Amino acid sequence: MSGVEIKKSYEEINKKIREGKAVVVTAEEMPEIVASEGVDGAFKKVDVVTTGTFGAMCSSGAFINIGHTRPRMKATKVWFNNVEAYGGLAAVDCYIGATQVQENDPLNMVHPGKFNYGGGHVIEDLIARKRIGLKAVGYGTDCYPLKEHDAKITIDDLRDAIMFNPRNAYQNYNCAVNLSQKTIYTYLGILKPDMANASYSSAGQLSPLLNDPYYWTIGTGTRIFLCGAAGSVVWHGTQHAPDCKRGPNGIPCEGAGTLAVMGNMKEMDPRFVRGASFTGYGCSIMIGIGVPIPIINKDMAYFTGQTDRDLRCQVVDYGNDYPSGISRSLGEVTYAELKSGKIEFMGKTIDAAPMSSYPMARKIALELKEWVKKGFTIGIPQTPFPTVPHGKDDETR
Amino acid sequence: MKSKNVILIFDKKIMYKPLIFRLAKDFDIVFNVLEAKILPKLEGRIILELRGTEESIATSIDYLTSEGVVVEPLSDKIVRDDERCINCGACTSVCRVDALCIDRQTMEVRFDPDKCVACGLCKIACPVGAMSGKSIDLD
Repeated sequence: MSGVEIKKSYEEINKKIREGKAVVVTAEEMPEIVASEGVDGAFKKVDVVTTGTFGAMCSSGAFINIGHTRPRMKATKVWFNNVEAYGGLAAVDCYIGATQVQENDPLNMVHPGKFNYGGGHVIEDLIARKRIGLKAVGYGTDCYPLKEHDAKITIDDLRDAIMFNPRNAYQNYNCAVNLSQKTIYTYLGILKPDMANASYSSAGQLSPLLNDPYYWTIGTGTRIFLCGAAGSVVWHGTQHAPDCKRGPNGIPCEGAGTLAVMGNMKEMDPRFVRGASFTGYGCSIMIGIGVPIPIINKDMAYFTGQTDRDLRCQVVDYGNDYPSGISRSLGEVTYAELKSGKIEFMGKTIDAAPMSSYPMARKIALELKEWVKKGFTIGIPQTPFPTVPHGKDDETR
Repeated sequence: MKSKNVILIFDKKIMYKPLIFRLAKDFDIVFNVLEAKILPKLEGRIILELRGTEESIATSIDYLTSEGVVVEPLSDKIVRDDERCINCGACTSVCRVDALCIDRQTMEVRFDPDKCVACGLCKIACPVGAMSGKSIDLD
């Protein structure tokens, strides 16, 4: 980040936010301002652009401290509503992962399995303050003698419930098709044979990292909207890959960057989280994230001013290539084409359907806009993310 | 001429009995099989469009009921839980009759129960369990 020009400082932007004078728009509103006033004008006028995304993010979960029992217990195995949480931590700490399925789930024994309930559903039920079952077992020690504990609890009975998601808000994502001869059930939905449909999962122009393609303003300490609560970016996410294919506008056309995020589940809003079941694939969670992007220089005004017409993704075959680990793109499409509901691809007209919710992404960006207008300041990134230089060779990668 | 979409549920005692042809022969009904499934030794389900006069449709349904068939109108079979739905659009890729489709202005998912033929694919495609109700598949 040291090489990034800061023409409008974080301090200046935060002062305006505190005084209620900041100009805040969503990433859906920004392109119009850039179109009418130019990049220079938009940079001078706008202080913060809010973004949003709402979709399945499997690499999510929560650290839970169930509180000490009497007598005390070293809980080595823990279950919430019969979904196991990892207990290999201190006495009453555990981590519940979003994709963990309920015990005795038939999985894919009769394909495609339903995966009705898993870790993501536990997290949603906790946030919705539903009463859920807690079971823990331990082997018993001199200082932690209790061996079994059964209770009905709500999130308010837990000492801590801290969402920690190692990889969220993928900067961009594949558009999936199926070139094989049979229907397949994937994390991008049901894909019919012979490329009869296409599925994608990105908020496009509203997506957080597509609005800050080089991670200049996002790093450890960035304050975000996380499932309705104020959360934080804590690190770059797993599989963060800045050295990806980028378009002439510098914006990634494939996977690329990711975020690791945290937030207090006790403050979250059930409207912005959903346990998810992908038929034939497994359990997951749908997470709502919004990141406020400070417009620190003209380039940031340019990036946030890009629309779905300027944002592209790779079309990938999930019938053969993806499961075999073959990295091959069949071609590119724009988010504007995908959002029209039909894409012209390889000489065919293919129905395209989203897996992430654009209306929810918009709702999150609007909600975050209200937060910033009411004093939610920008978290100054303390540890910058690994990135690549922004230069002329962007398209040659 | 009126038209009505119904789901017929045949339990195992009557599932191999020839009943449908009588609709045309005795009640002058034009029927169109929209979908059919037989689950051996369990039950059979047929989604049928019935076309005829209002009276002939009603008497044909009475006949099927008298033979032990469970007859339910389709339009109120599949329901959406609007609180649970997050308007992702996953269901629109499998809906063959455009009962579920995206409003391109708002990107919200519209559900038109009158177009629905209760095939049940939306229940399989929906990741958040927002769609429910009787369909051609057993629940």
